Amino acid sequence: MAKPDFTTQRRGLVAIDGAMALVIILLVVQIWLLSAALEGFLAGHHRVALPAAIFSGLLLACCLGLNAFVDRVDRESRKE
Amino acid sequence: MSLLRSPSSEPLWKEEFSVFTADERYVTRRQFVKFLSLASVGMFVGNLWILAKAYFAKPPTYPASAIAEVGEIPVKGVKLFSYPGPDDRCIVVRTSEEEYVAYSQKCTHLSCAVYYSAKNDRLECPCHQGFFSIKDGSVLQGPPPRSLPKIVLQTAGGKLVATGVEVSENG
Repeated sequence: MAKPDFTTQRRGLVAIDGAMALVIILLVVQIWLLSAALEGFLAGHHRVALPAAIFSGLLLACCLGLNAFVDRVDRESRKE
Repeated sequence: MSLLRSPSSEPLWKEEFSVFTADERYVTRRQFVKFLSLASVGMFVGNLWILAKAYFAKPPTYPASAIAEVGEIPVKGVKLFSYPGPDDRCIVVRTSEEEYVAYSQKCTHLSCAVYYSAKNDRLECPCHQGFFSIKDGSVLQGPPPRSLPKIVLQTAGGKLVATGVEVSENG
């Protein structure tokens, strides 16, 4: 009977934890970006809205990418 | 004998109830990352909303409104008024014989009412010691993040007339 490969599972868990930490950091940056964009908008700086939205979209893409990565690693480590 | 229920301290309904609260509340890392990604979508939507407001919102229009008689306010004196709406409290200060300046009275920090300090020649917020310049409403000190909105004043027929609100681009 083949023994389950705990090393692969542990690696997968570390990768997922790392990705999760990164997503949290990206989310904090996004929250800050939203509050800064709102503050700028209320102060009459309408020009900040476009770069803020673009950067927020990039951060969202990173979060979704990491989400897909977590899904894949989780699926692979369960297969082992 | 296997048809009989094995002795247990749990009541029958608890043993047969198929939902386990602890299991239901257990959140896996994958679910948590999904939740964070959803929050990220929310932040992006918020930024898009600000973008839409910035590009598609019509600039506000302000009515002309007489706020005081010329000479009614003494030099270094103040008068409170509402502009453009009845709830938008403002303060007009006569800084010299010929000069009047008016600002929104709401502090840009936490909306406390600012007052004019003739001694220091500045507008002061008593809540958190935020000070504003009397010349342009810019922040001199304290936590306010931006200048006070300035009320545009004109003189017409011996009256001081408010004609608009200027929000500083310089923060």
